[in-house]
Amino acid sequence: MADYEINRQKEKTPMPEQDAQERAKNFNQVALGYDVEQAINEARRCLQCKNRPCVDGCPVNVPIPDFINWVAKGDFAMGYATNKRANALPAICGRVCPQETQCEGVCTRGKTGDPVGIGYLERFVADWGFDHPAEAAAAFAVQQGRNAKLHGFRVAIVGSGPSGLTCAGELAKQGADVTVFEALHAVGGVLSYGIPEFRLPKDLVAREIALTETLGVKFENNVVIGKLFDVKELMTTQGFDAVFIGTGAGLPSYLYIEGEGLNGVCTANELLTRVNLMKAYEFPEYDTPVYVGKKCVVVGGGNVAMDAARTSLRLGADTTIVYRRGREEMPARVEEVRHAEEEGVKFSMLTNPVRLIGNDDGWLTGVEVVDMELSEPDESGRRRPVPVEGSNHVIDCDMFVIAIGNHSNPLISQTTPEIKANERNLLIVDPETCATSMPGVFAGGDAVSGAATVILAMGAGKRAAAGIAEYLTNKASENQA
Amino acid sequence: MYLIEQVEQLNPEVTRMVVRAPQIARKIKPGQFIMLRIDETGERIPLTMSDIDVLSGTVTIVFQVVGATTMRLAQKKPGEYLTDFVGPLGNPTELDNVGKACVIGGGLGVAIAYPLVKWLHSQGSDVDVIVGFRNKDLVILEKELSLSASELIVTTDDGSYGVQGLVTQPLLEKLEEGVKYDLVLAIGPIPMMKAVAKVTKEAGIKTVVSMNPLMIDGTGMCGGCRVKVGDKYMHTCVDGPDFDGHQVDFDDALRRERMYRGFERQSAEHTREVIEASGGNCHCASMASAVRKEA
Repeated sequence: MADYEINRQKEKTPMPEQDAQERAKNFNQVALGYDVEQAINEARRCLQCKNRPCVDGCPVNVPIPDFINWVAKGDFAMGYATNKRANALPAICGRVCPQETQCEGVCTRGKTGDPVGIGYLERFVADWGFDHPAEAAAAFAVQQGRNAKLHGFRVAIVGSGPSGLTCAGELAKQGADVTVFEALHAVGGVLSYGIPEFRLPKDLVAREIALTETLGVKFENNVVIGKLFDVKELMTTQGFDAVFIGTGAGLPSYLYIEGEGLNGVCTANELLTRVNLMKAYEFPEYDTPVYVGKKCVVVGGGNVAMDAARTSLRLGADTTIVYRRGREEMPARVEEVRHAEEEGVKFSMLTNPVRLIGNDDGWLTGVEVVDMELSEPDESGRRRPVPVEGSNHVIDCDMFVIAIGNHSNPLISQTTPEIKANERNLLIVDPETCATSMPGVFAGGDAVSGAATVILAMGAGKRAAAGIAEYLTNKASENQA
Repeated sequence: MYLIEQVEQLNPEVTRMVVRAPQIARKIKPGQFIMLRIDETGERIPLTMSDIDVLSGTVTIVFQVVGATTMRLAQKKPGEYLTDFVGPLGNPTELDNVGKACVIGGGLGVAIAYPLVKWLHSQGSDVDVIVGFRNKDLVILEKELSLSASELIVTTDDGSYGVQGLVTQPLLEKLEEGVKYDLVLAIGPIPMMKAVAKVTKEAGIKTVVSMNPLMIDGTGMCGGCRVKVGDKYMHTCVDGPDFDGHQVDFDDALRRERMYRGFERQSAEHTREVIEASGGNCHCASMASAVRKEA
């Protein structure tokens, strides 16, 4: 039962957004965030229902009604602390989680109107916490109550993406001495190289990471595990008691169609890495350039395809997404598709590239596509697209971006055969504890699941932290016995 | 931060730099590379290891001034620092159990060929070395190579030093003389590696080439460094940089190498202006104005 007056408004309090025409030309954040009145108004739409379906809908089980209760009553510090205790990266999740298929997808209010804007409220408390660090920290300390049961244990985290950051934070809270190893020069993994600035500002990622550092977590950049040290060395010469592997799914897939080697063709990862990690949009002040055509075609229907398309649009290319299934089947978040469309990205559904065409100098001039139609569902449950014979036609373009998915990074499985992987090179773990086949080594995130979402990776990081804590505690009692 | 210990000009275009990186020095093997970023606004560039000193904890890199980053790198002095220096990356060249080898280097590729020659020699292999340059002024590492090579042949395009012509000519002569190589390693410009691979394919000799494509992250993520090998795309950073010379699609690689050339010129021009405005000299031999100023 709520001890505040329920707001019966059927619609979600709208999120203020940057104008679509304007934002199509810049890299600034699209969604601007609630102010205090909007946040309280939205929070009071929560019924505080008994069965709390939203909490089960969340991969890291944020006590959603509890944090919203604080917001509804105007105590944002406690709202922040209640959320942050369960979720290591609320400012990030509030922006990039697919709430519509998770917490908000099962919200009781959603049965007769819009669900409560849980994501928007999460973002609100996280940003409030950044703006009021002293009050946020004090509230967090009240809630936290440090325990030191893992004191004296050293844990290595391989990869500083969402799963690694979450696992590191959880273990540090329990007193473990945690070091995160990152191969790149910047921490954050996909949060820094993959997701664009306009969706997730990089200074915000830096602030979430700084908070993790205040828990005592150490970060070492420019260390490629599997090359500089392998996992076995981490547990011997480097003196770690346990290792978590969160190396992600970064290796791009290709279409394997004619002309894929033409100039003007790149993967979404290359485009996004150049722009997000290396700041190529500020070339030549930054040394890394990025090729941008006049007309760009992006192939794919996931969030990465949306990010790539919205990036190429902002860099000045007239951009079209081609996808072999229909709009309903697109795996991208509804909000991302809407944002892309508002900004002027065009969509060509049920269209599949069959050949890339180039000029004599080896530069791309167009893509031959074939129309598709949907037949009976395949093993993924989605209706299988089949080509319509004789429907081939050419779309002119001088830039083509491949965004059809990624494989897991091969460096760990190449160098540590003791860690068993499946035929897709994904690490095999115990689903409860995230333990791999190598004692003391745990894994989670995209390296285990294949390319998925930030929040699922964080959920795995949290489970792995519990698995590691149990492993270390057992080890300690064995040593005493 | 990574301390630059030594900087030495090997020829008007090529610089050797010794960087303090003790952990990498202990691990890196011939054929592997590092990636560096000079500073916050810098790009990540891959450079193959040219030498190491495990005791003093240093890694030696050799680079040619071709663009903005190498131009800025050539300005660095001993005692200064590089922001990022990461490695070892890529796979070591497989050099075990080679009886007789021929290592062929072209231009800057000679700097990468050098540790391979040294390693093969120390393992007891018999190594012939053929290195090619445009002219006499550009010849590098001749003395160092001669210490490990069974026979060292230097070629120049204009005949100003050694044998006039391309590296494939002495190779063909060796094969005609009946020399049997277990392995040919070719490192240099793509047209050179392509030409060597053509000769050795006809002769049926196992040939490994070291690819040096555009690369952004260098850790198996962006796909920028893809090379077509047989009918598959391979990533130079995690699958290479060595590939079967008879399988690599050199024409594809040559075309992809050109994709960013316009940007490289623009970026180099920008950097040259910045360097010259601050009273420096960009060492950029490919830019006529800079060369003239030097003269």
